Amino acid sequence: MADTPTADMQPAAPAKRKGVKRRAFLIGGVAVVGAGLFGISIADSNASKSAKALLERDGGHIFATWLKIGEDDSITIYSPHTDIGQGSNTGLAQMLAEELDAAWDQVRVVSAPAEPAFANVGLGRAFLADMTGQPAIINGIPQSFLSFLARQMNLQITGGSTALRFTGRVTFQNVGAATRLALVETAAKRLGVPADELTTQDSHVIHAKSGRALRYGELAAEAATLSLDNAPKLKDPSQYRIMRQSMQRLDIPAKVDGSAQYGMDFSVPDMRVATIMAAPVRGGKLTSVDTAPALAVKGVEKVIKLDDAVAVVAKGYWPAISGLRALTPEFSDGGNGGISTASIFKAQDDLIAKGDADSTAGDGDVQAGLGAKPIEAKYQVPFLHHAMMEPFALTAHFKDGKLNIWGGMQDPLATKMMAVDVSGLDADDVTFHPMMIGGSFGRRLPMYMEIVGQVTKLAMQLPYPVKLIWSREEEVAQGAYRPQSSAALKASLTKEKRIKAYRNDYAQPESAESETVFPYTLPAVSRRHFAHVSNQQTGAWRSVNSTQQGFYNESFMDELAHAAGEDPVVFRRNHLKAGSRHLRVLDEVAARSGWGSPLPAGTGRGVALVESFRTIVAHVIEASVGDDGMPKVHKVTTVVDAGSIVNPDAAMAQIEGGTIMGLSSAIGEAITLENGAVQQSNLADYPLLKMAGAPLVMDVHFLNSGAVMGGIGEPGVPPAAPALANALFAATGKRVRNLPILTQAKA
Amino acid sequence: MAIQTSINGKPVALAAEPDTPLLWVIREELGLTGTKFGCGIAACGACTVHVNGEPTRSCSLPVSEVAGKSITTIEGLKSADGTLHAVQQAWISAQVPQCGYCQSGQIMAAVALIEKTGSPSDAQIDEAMTNICRCGTYPRIRKAIHAATGQAAKAAKPAEGGA
Repeated sequence: MADTPTADMQPAAPAKRKGVKRRAFLIGGVAVVGAGLFGISIADSNASKSAKALLERDGGHIFATWLKIGEDDSITIYSPHTDIGQGSNTGLAQMLAEELDAAWDQVRVVSAPAEPAFANVGLGRAFLADMTGQPAIINGIPQSFLSFLARQMNLQITGGSTALRFTGRVTFQNVGAATRLALVETAAKRLGVPADELTTQDSHVIHAKSGRALRYGELAAEAATLSLDNAPKLKDPSQYRIMRQSMQRLDIPAKVDGSAQYGMDFSVPDMRVATIMAAPVRGGKLTSVDTAPALAVKGVEKVIKLDDAVAVVAKGYWPAISGLRALTPEFSDGGNGGISTASIFKAQDDLIAKGDADSTAGDGDVQAGLGAKPIEAKYQVPFLHHAMMEPFALTAHFKDGKLNIWGGMQDPLATKMMAVDVSGLDADDVTFHPMMIGGSFGRRLPMYMEIVGQVTKLAMQLPYPVKLIWSREEEVAQGAYRPQSSAALKASLTKEKRIKAYRNDYAQPESAESETVFPYTLPAVSRRHFAHVSNQQTGAWRSVNSTQQGFYNESFMDELAHAAGEDPVVFRRNHLKAGSRHLRVLDEVAARSGWGSPLPAGTGRGVALVESFRTIVAHVIEASVGDDGMPKVHKVTTVVDAGSIVNPDAAMAQIEGGTIMGLSSAIGEAITLENGAVQQSNLADYPLLKMAGAPLVMDVHFLNSGAVMGGIGEPGVPPAAPALANALFAATGKRVRNLPILTQAKA
Repeated sequence: MAIQTSINGKPVALAAEPDTPLLWVIREELGLTGTKFGCGIAACGACTVHVNGEPTRSCSLPVSEVAGKSITTIEGLKSADGTLHAVQQAWISAQVPQCGYCQSGQIMAAVALIEKTGSPSDAQIDEAMTNICRCGTYPRIRKAIHAATGQAAKAAKPAEGGA
């Protein structure tokens, strides 16, 4: 994650300003952690009241901030997450509706308003519990963790594959169950019968003895006045009717007829369209620009200079981009003009060679175990662009002292707070309206979205609404990339074909230790992080550090297996604990893929096993190399243990998509630098996998071990690149140690 | 001078400058936002519409070139009574879209392919369906195209679930 947003994104806040004190609120949020099950409402009655007022404006009755039951039995669920297409809002609705015993066809999901009352405390609470195992213990948490928590807490963040396993499991199931109890209690009183004679089904409370039934809609007003049970009993999974079913996603119908409205699609009367170009060398400033050529383009109204960028405002996108292209702005390079892909790799290599690690993890005497002649391999991966299909687009309007912003963001509340910071307005005067998102994969987190500051600055000086659209060229050149990273791996083997010692030295901006799980049991293992920061902004890219770490470790495990003269599956088995989930996943994928069975000449099979976000995924890939030197993936067999699955079909779609994204990046994607600037300009020179390159056969199987629920959006990605590289080695005898494969095929 | 054309069966006179790409006329002048902007260089296909029945990347086609031609966008795919096109229905059945942003273009490309080939083979799908989907919905797009053309047997097996 980027910890160092550029200075102009976060100007110092004015000293005295009414509104949400962000920092205090963030730290204060930790105190809420142990207290409230249902959201901020328990800790902050004012916030709760304002939330209730906001949501009951159009009728209906609110339960615990997240749920509204209408007198017509309609059920509205307010999601604090942004459904980027993972189906998480449908999953959250399934979890709440299941415990509520709601009639599924009456359920709809809307985005929670980007207001502090809808901050996602369930996320913070579960996150803390997940990380420490002891949610009650706040004292003694290291500062670094508190800071990470602070960035996660209070925010309506979507990321880390957290929606269902944290928000769903901690908050939404409990809200559903507690509300059901309140409805039953109300019905018992009204019918004059004991509550334990009542059952619930399809949004009705039923008294079987007397044959009477009451609709939730007629009970809601009274039930909403009751205190909700803080620790309601949840259903046994054997009773599930809505969870664990492949319910059709609620957002899909609007995505097949063009009616879904994304941030790009927003418009208001009098709106102008702007586009922008920032300093090509990150860290540079705008030094000069002759605005005349842009203003000569018909439809262009203004050229606005920002500190590090120039924007053209016009009647539409075409005149705006035509005007921008007519300009020849001059930018400084911020002293970064000498940075290149090669210079970064060299600096990373030098750091690793020097051996002065920034952090170390592992066990055992690795140095002694490695001995004089360890097996060694060097791996490199490039910066990766998110390449979500919808380029950035935000609309902002400043009028009568109020700023409104519309668009799709992974963290609506933090977006609002960033606009508050940049505009200098009070929090009460800034409203962010969340819209549908055309892909994100980690890119739409406001901490590294300059467009939030940019559109705010434009809107504050324009008398009309303005939609700022980033061209694809700007999108590619100004990313928050998956970091460029290098690793030096070393290991030694015993005569019994076992690993004696294993070292993973890697250089990149941040440590991967908190995310990546090394599943193998070895006598001595060491993971050392060497911090190297370039001028590029790096961010969370689907599955974050698990992509490169998965590639390093699972490729090197394959190298060790071959060095030991052992089958790669058998070799991994020999280093996994008997009875472990990892072993079961590996055995299952070997069985399902027909591991060891004959393949056509020139085709190889590769395996990789990676745990990320508490979900274990193994792929077996069958691949060959075409006449053009490019890999062709024929079949992917996947076994997933995410503990349990809320919506099997939606989960499968996530694993399919994650696998394809992993393959796409392994085969063709790289952001490279020369003279401090990104060399790629658009999707033509940043090749993404298309239909013809996607595997024809994808066989995905879920084990559902019952372990704590893991994420599903990201874990399909990390094992894809190493499984492909291992398959290509099996097919050709040539080891892939640098990605993307395309560059090597051309070399 | 206004450019005369027809969008989704209705005649329109377009006021845009002749060099404006058709995409921006559709989106900004006509307010039909189902056709998407993805790359601006005809690389991704999110802007695919039909011009005289041919799948066309509208971001790179000057509006002057569609004078007198017939344009269909995703909004024009439903029948007059609002019934979804068979391809749209297949997209729902296969639960194809994830973020959904590229899917208007994918559906327009698929409809054109099916109109041309009847019942496309996997190789024909590979050749014709060159639109990019970053979410990686390709296996489901393939499955939906087969299902929409009565080749359900070829479709991938359903999700496995349960505890």
